[in-house]
Amino acid sequence: MSKNPEFVKFDKVDKSYDGKVLVVKDLQLDIAEGEFITMLGPSGSGKTTCLMMLAGFETPTHGEILLDGNIISNIPPHKRGIGMVFQNYALFPHMTVYENLAFPLRVRKVEKDEIDKKVDKALSMVSLSGFETRMPAQLSGGQQQRVAVARALVFDPAVVLMDEPLGALDKNLRESMQYEIKHIHESIGVTVVYVTHDQSEALTMSNRIAVFNDGKVQQLSNPAELYEKPVNSFVAEFIGENNTFNGEVMDIDKNKCKVKLANSEILANPISVKSKGEKTTVSLRPERALINPTEKMDNMFTGKIEEVIYHGDHTRVRLNLLGSSEFILKVPNSTSNLELKVTQDINIGWNSIDARALDPK
Amino acid sequence: MSSETKQILTTDGIPLEVSLKKAEKKNKIKAFLLVAPLLLFLVITYIFPIGDMFMRSVDDRMVTNMLPKTFKAMEKWENLDELPPEEVYQGFYEDYKLLAENQQHGKLGQRLNKEKNGFNTITKKLFRQIKRKKIDESASLKEQINKLHKRWRDVEYWQAIKRTAPPYTASKYLKGMDMYFAADGSIAQVDEDRRIHRILWLRTLEIAFFVTLFCFFMGYPIAHLLATLPMKYSNLLMICVLLPFWTSLLVRTASWMILLQQQGIVNDFFVMIGLVADDNRPEMMYNKVGTYVAMTQILLPFMVLPLYSVMKTISPSLMRAGKSLGGTPFVAFWKVYFPLTIPGIGAGCLLVFILAIGYYITPALVGGASGTLISNQIAFHMKTTLDWSFASAMGLMLLTGVLVIYWIYNKLVGVDNIKLG
Repeated sequence: MSKNPEFVKFDKVDKSYDGKVLVVKDLQLDIAEGEFITMLGPSGSGKTTCLMMLAGFETPTHGEILLDGNIISNIPPHKRGIGMVFQNYALFPHMTVYENLAFPLRVRKVEKDEIDKKVDKALSMVSLSGFETRMPAQLSGGQQQRVAVARALVFDPAVVLMDEPLGALDKNLRESMQYEIKHIHESIGVTVVYVTHDQSEALTMSNRIAVFNDGKVQQLSNPAELYEKPVNSFVAEFIGENNTFNGEVMDIDKNKCKVKLANSEILANPISVKSKGEKTTVSLRPERALINPTEKMDNMFTGKIEEVIYHGDHTRVRLNLLGSSEFILKVPNSTSNLELKVTQDINIGWNSIDARALDPK
Repeated sequence: MSSETKQILTTDGIPLEVSLKKAEKKNKIKAFLLVAPLLLFLVITYIFPIGDMFMRSVDDRMVTNMLPKTFKAMEKWENLDELPPEEVYQGFYEDYKLLAENQQHGKLGQRLNKEKNGFNTITKKLFRQIKRKKIDESASLKEQINKLHKRWRDVEYWQAIKRTAPPYTASKYLKGMDMYFAADGSIAQVDEDRRIHRILWLRTLEIAFFVTLFCFFMGYPIAHLLATLPMKYSNLLMICVLLPFWTSLLVRTASWMILLQQQGIVNDFFVMIGLVADDNRPEMMYNKVGTYVAMTQILLPFMVLPLYSVMKTISPSLMRAGKSLGGTPFVAFWKVYFPLTIPGIGAGCLLVFILAIGYYITPALVGGASGTLISNQIAFHMKTTLDWSFASAMGLMLLTGVLVIYWIYNKLVGVDNIKLG
């Protein structure tokens, strides 16, 4: 069975609530069949609006949304056959777990035996067999969450939408639920559109991530690429930690550029700068800068330690480097522990390929 | 499991329970003192008057106190189908003489006349005889009294006196249901053309029921709108709902009179748009229509507010979930939203129904003859006939009715499911 690469398609979609401000601007997004795609962005970036338009609770102001080649803008939500998991689970509090799961099947006039079978299967999928007669209020947050997932999947929808479903759970439970949802996705191969503002959640679960900001998709790529190769300074800033230098391009060739900072110069990888004299923000991941590097690196500087913070598995070191006192280093907690003391001077080095010269902030 | 059987001690060796009680005692006293004024207020203004009402409604000690010797003697009256023995006449004569001296005999006559028609005449006759000292106290009083009037020789009159002997009576309650104690002590119905109370009870129930129904059908959409509209509109709408609360009840009722009367604004409008002919204006006031319209408007906030407070807590994502799972908007409403509003419906309906069942001022002003309720009848007896014991009895019957409704409601819906706000 060939997978349709344009199973869900946002075609030039605009959305405005008040006729003055566009919350979604010219959205062009294709989602392949069976894909787990995450819409990631800060609050107010338009990601939830996109999800609501796909679910049918909001209509696009302009443009079309296609599901498996059919325009669905004029189809009401209950005829779209899209499962949805809501932020606060939205379990029906007056129904038992069984009734909650049976609801989508009953409205589809599925026969009783068939309903029993499907509910059974869905509950065992989220490992909640035997909870049929419980009321939602008698379940823990994590269990409610699983019921909500099971309910969104029980009627075999083609697409399942999840709107920050793990937002209300505590950290440990959230992590285990991330894996659980990921495994369910892998085992049944349903298309999942997931909305979150938690980047680690997005990185853990998704096939591809669409980073939203200001109503636009800033970058759409797989997790590794998103982290390693952010295309602009917003994505670099939003995903993971980031050391930045603001400066001006002095010299540029194919894969190197010289950036002039306030009182020094660094070498960087030109991503979005094209010519001399352009303003730029250079972004460097903390783990890519090394202390006392043994091999030759094309950026070598000396900085003064301002603060040392113990994090268990690693130690964070804040340095005063190149005139900025916000330079962060991550030192893994290994046996060959370095002596790190405040006010000590240390040598730092990184390769220019890891220092990405992006658009100015 | 040893901790369950062994007493736990604090570090000082005092049992934990004792120590806990001691620690909480101060708080308990404080809490009690805080509610004490309200408790006192409730006892004085609520419990005590209800107790007093109850006493009044069953109190029948007047005759008991007036004829002590008679009733004492009547204990020996065994064959009730025959005239009582001489001792009874003796006792009655002595009691009556005492009353005559104290100018109390008139009251007795009236009270006995209520029990059986014709008493007034024969007691007055006896009074005149006593006044003229024509009764020979050394001779048989039975013979002398029997000679005064043939009714004294009728055993039914003596039975009537005996019926008034108990200091307490339920006769007022029977009267409230158009029944009475017949001569032989059994319960009988009053004539069909005089059964006014039963009609009033039924009408009260009917009007309260329909007012509740109208309030529900009008209040539900308003409450829903209030709960779902954005803040700035919902506040305005809330003010519109609450506005009647800020206006005097009398003013509101009076404005309905202006609107609904035959030459009123509503009728003028109907004539203007040609709905009714000018010489055929419908009566919308001084009948049930007026009572329905005015009471529905006045009681509407009591329906809207509990509904609103419940609907406010229902997450809009539930309806969305219902729809996204494939339910049509109607199914999503009926299976998801509506069941969740039942606590509010219960509270609103109970509140409106109970208020409506005892409503007084509005039906009194716009109800006319066919739109008055039992409360108007109670007021009538309070103010006009001054039969306070009857008014008390009907008031208590109303209260009992409300409690019964509450009980039925509790059985059907469960009081835990009520949410008043």
